[in-house]
Amino acid sequence: MAEWLDDFLFTYENLIHALGIHGLLALSMYCVMALGQLSLGQAAFMGLGAYTGALLTLKLGLPFWLVLPISALVPALVALVIGGPTLRLNGVYLAISTIALGEVLRVLYINAESLTGGALGLSGIPQKASLWLVYGLLAVCIAGFWAIGRSRIGRAMEAMREDEMAAGVMGVNLPLYKLGALIASAMLAGLAGSLAAHSNSFIGPNEYGFEAAVTILSFALLGGIGTPIAPVIGAFVLTALPELLRPLADFRLVFNGLIIVLAVLFLPRGIVPFRLRRAP
Amino acid sequence: MSALLSARGLTMQFRGLLAVNAVDVDVAAGSVHGIIGPNGAGKTTFFNLISGLLRPTSGSLTLDGQDVTALPPYARTRMGLARTFQNIRMFSDMSVLENVMTGMHTRLKAPGWSALLRLPGFRAEEREARAQAMELLEFVGLADKADGRSGSLAYGEQRRLEIARALASRPRLLLLDEPAAGMNPAETRELAVLLKQLGQRDVTLLLVEHDMGFVMDLCDRITVLNFGRKIAEGGPRDIRNDSSVIEAYLGSKVAERLAKAHGA
Ligand SMILES: Nc1ncnc2c1ncn2[C@@H]1O[C@H](COP(=O)(O)OP(=O)(O)O)[C@@H](O)[C@H]1O
Ligand SMILES: [Mg+2]
Repeated sequence: MAEWLDDFLFTYENLIHALGIHGLLALSMYCVMALGQLSLGQAAFMGLGAYTGALLTLKLGLPFWLVLPISALVPALVALVIGGPTLRLNGVYLAISTIALGEVLRVLYINAESLTGGALGLSGIPQKASLWLVYGLLAVCIAGFWAIGRSRIGRAMEAMREDEMAAGVMGVNLPLYKLGALIASAMLAGLAGSLAAHSNSFIGPNEYGFEAAVTILSFALLGGIGTPIAPVIGAFVLTALPELLRPLADFRLVFNGLIIVLAVLFLPRGIVPFRLRRAP
Repeated sequence: MSALLSARGLTMQFRGLLAVNAVDVDVAAGSVHGIIGPNGAGKTTFFNLISGLLRPTSGSLTLDGQDVTALPPYARTRMGLARTFQNIRMFSDMSVLENVMTGMHTRLKAPGWSALLRLPGFRAEEREARAQAMELLEFVGLADKADGRSGSLAYGEQRRLEIARALASRPRLLLLDEPAAGMNPAETRELAVLLKQLGQRDVTLLLVEHDMGFVMDLCDRITVLNFGRKIAEGGPRDIRNDSSVIEAYLGSKVAERLAKAHGA
């Protein structure tokens, strides 16, 4: 009897971990979409965080409290390098260059075999990401976005999303805001990636491609971006749903896709359509 | 009076079209300066050059003695420039009050981390900002709509909200692109009263308007553009009597209005 219960808890705990980590990824998406930008690089930043974290733990044996911030810093630096030139251009360039980043990194992970384990990836990563840590970080980040959202920074972000030209005329430093948002989102995704690596104990080069990027985007599309909690709820639904729909077997992917399409068509503001008040 | 804003040889070319062609204009500090001209004369383009939304093909702009030709819009806003748009550009999902508070962006100084931690300094600044925004809404007669969605305001109300939002940055120079467009005569009269009060707030006005009575009543000095060129400049009296101006407007509805304003 104990055996099936253990099995059940094992699956269940993985799901709870995944929910929290996907919540952080959804927030990283929110961070750029909240000011009207589109990045398809969240999965790539996540992968960078995952590989950085895993390597620091496995090869250097650094303590986890040090591994985590470095896992956020490395993607932040890459975001700085990419964002500098592309953010001055039309928004489409950011989306395209972030897709390219994902592909470049994938090839790098596969070919730097001695370091990254190549196509096999890295395994045996100690499971150091406790549920407390994951959900603690998620709660802090939601609260942080909430607080920032209710300040001149939040007003500037919403203004950019609604009318970038008018926001610029109001005195918002558009390039600075775009770059800041991209860097913050890269840090969050890197953090989530490192937490994922230290909870699944395995990472591979193909987990952070275009498909993962679209999945992260769909968290925000389904949940909405009116409040920071909205994309997190979107992530919860899209992560829990496949588990609940397991009996549907192959149809569950179709079902999942259908839900996203219906949400985008009929709920353009997402399933949590409320808007954060931005005045005291 | 010295010039708050000076344009020298300001030129904007869109492919073959010279939308603004070698225009020299000086806007005196403390004045109300009008820009008039037929549709397509280049008035809005001239405003876009001043506010930094367009980079001129050639020529230069100085604001308060400083060359701003290469500065992005936000930097000009910091230097005391504000504007409204001919095609209203609200942040429509935001409340009326939030729109005005967004206009205060350059004046609010509490750093991000103090917002993050909700420190007393940040809260005090936000409360003060709210109070000032309410004052501005009272000034333009929208205080009772403060918490409403700005996108749901009537047309004339949105125009007044844009003015309040622009004033929120405490500009020294305010550009108004056809502020009375779409307003009925009563609203237009109220607007004129409002704009006259701005002079007492030390705001210099540069405005584009088609309503000739409105322009003649309000402006100290008027520049006339036609096909991107400055064809006349002077006080309201000079402009009414300028033959090239009458010619530029000939046959248009504006000519009738100009004539009417002349007779009045
Ligand atoms: N972004 C643009 N690209 C190409 N042509 C433009 C652009 N903006 C304005 N124009 C053209 O420049 C001329 C002047 O336009 P505009 O400044 O809007 O005139 P006004 O405000 O005096 O009615 C018009 O012929 C218009 O079609
Ligand atoms: Mg115009």
